[in-house]
Amino acid sequence: MFKQLPANQTETINIILNGQSLQVTKGISVAAVALSQNLGFTRTTPVSASKRAPFCMMGVCYDCLMVINGRANQRACSTMVQEGMRIETQQGVGPAMEGRKE
Amino acid sequence: MNNHYQLVIIGGGPAGLAAAATASAQGISCALLDEQPEPGGQIYRSIESVPDQRAQKLGSEYLRGKKLAAAFRECDAEYYPETRVWSLNKELEIGIIRNDEASMITADQIIIANGAMERPVPFPGWTKPGVMQAGAGQILFKTAGVVPDNGVVLAGSGPLLLLLAWQYLHAGVEVKALLDVTPLSNHLSAMPKFPRAILAHHYLTKGIGYQIELKRAGIPMLFGVSDLRAEGDEQLQTVCFKHSGKQKTIESELLLTHFGVIPHTWLSQAAGCKHKWDNSQQCWRPEHDEWGNTNIPGIMVAGDGAGINGGRSAEHAGRLAGFESLFALGLLTQEERDKLAAKDIKWKRDERHIRPFLEAYFQIPKSLLATTDNDTVICRCEEVTAGQIREAVQHGHDNSNQVKFFTRCGMGPCQGRQCSNAVAHIVADESGEAVADMGHFRGRPPVSPLTLGQLAALDKEESV
Repeated sequence: MFKQLPANQTETINIILNGQSLQVTKGISVAAVALSQNLGFTRTTPVSASKRAPFCMMGVCYDCLMVINGRANQRACSTMVQEGMRIETQQGVGPAMEGRKE
Repeated sequence: MNNHYQLVIIGGGPAGLAAAATASAQGISCALLDEQPEPGGQIYRSIESVPDQRAQKLGSEYLRGKKLAAAFRECDAEYYPETRVWSLNKELEIGIIRNDEASMITADQIIIANGAMERPVPFPGWTKPGVMQAGAGQILFKTAGVVPDNGVVLAGSGPLLLLLAWQYLHAGVEVKALLDVTPLSNHLSAMPKFPRAILAHHYLTKGIGYQIELKRAGIPMLFGVSDLRAEGDEQLQTVCFKHSGKQKTIESELLLTHFGVIPHTWLSQAAGCKHKWDNSQQCWRPEHDEWGNTNIPGIMVAGDGAGINGGRSAEHAGRLAGFESLFALGLLTQEERDKLAAKDIKWKRDERHIRPFLEAYFQIPKSLLATTDNDTVICRCEEVTAGQIREAVQHGHDNSNQVKFFTRCGMGPCQGRQCSNAVAHIVADESGEAVADMGHFRGRPPVSPLTLGQLAALDKEESV
């Protein structure tokens, strides 16, 4: 659906997208990665399990929610990729937060 | 970060940047908070880091942002990027989240400059992956050099659609078609506003220039399009529409739509600023005077968040709010303020010349604003359909907030940002009342999500 135009001297970092290691451009959003990797969809809805993908890219529609470093409901369009980041497609409301059992 | 500033500016677009540079020149303590990692707002996204080659393709208007960002970098205002505001109240307390931690700061003066968002217009299939807003396409291009791979259909109404088509053309992207849903009758109804628009002829010639270039490049431009639908199993496959009385289809995996922009009012609403329905701009906007003062002492609005007037006007509005805050802080006399602001007042008025014409020409028809297709999802979060909203009205729920309580429409993560306007239009249509009387969803903090843990940690800090 999308591609990244070639650019001179871009720094890259390593991330893990749905279990797959990837080298991506530094300084871009998780949503830009998901779209240029042609992920198809980035979450399913909690109400009807229908597939959704980024829609507004400016942080207002909340349709690009993904699981980032184990935390659900993160806006992929407003989160910049970081070295070693784990990004996963979110199913419904996503997993509960890690390490909060007390 | 201090816990008190004389001036806090929320938003790092043209209005916020201009306000910060203006006000901080007088040596006040001033902080600018912005969600983005770089200054520029949506219009000048990534203006500091964009590679030259990409910047050229985005056009001269985009490059204007460079000067603005540079002036801001030189000024004394403290800059807090990647900072979200989740609360604002009449006591001028601001709830923020930065580095994943919540905190509260206070200010003597606050300028809300949080800009505009795309007008969400629900149509059949608009929730499918492959359907996005035109602004999203532009942000992907500006911030990441990411463009459509396999062709794109652009549909909707408004200048941004033409600009994006032109930018894609220069980036070598295949634009399969530009479907203009502006009703042909608008051409006539906008004519009385045309003479004033001639005063801002550079905007008109630019628009015509884009059209000529697109036509020469062989991009199909269809006018008077209606009945837009996005079809496909789980993903967009086909764009369906009506043109010159015929049903037509275009195979495409990507459709970018644009129906104009509206002020992003969630923060000004949560703060309790008075808002009014603007019939010409077809949206709610905060009430304010020429300087940006709202009904709440100390809270000002500037830029497209105060009403849509474009990026250049936002710059002037930002400076006016900057001067006004200095006057309010007692650093300028009224006379000094008026003298310093004279040029911006004039330029801001000049920028307004084109607007009545654009607003009339690109007026979105009721058939799109209040869809009669009962199966169309209106609330993307809670998946409430137009049919369910109309049914709620038939049961006697006759304003936006009652429909919200009854259907959960607007209660999802986006807090109604995507459905508020559509609900108001559908309720008005079903009940035969005016949209202005339908009210907007009541905005309450937190206007941006935060975890209970973040809230609890806030309390601990205060009790120490």
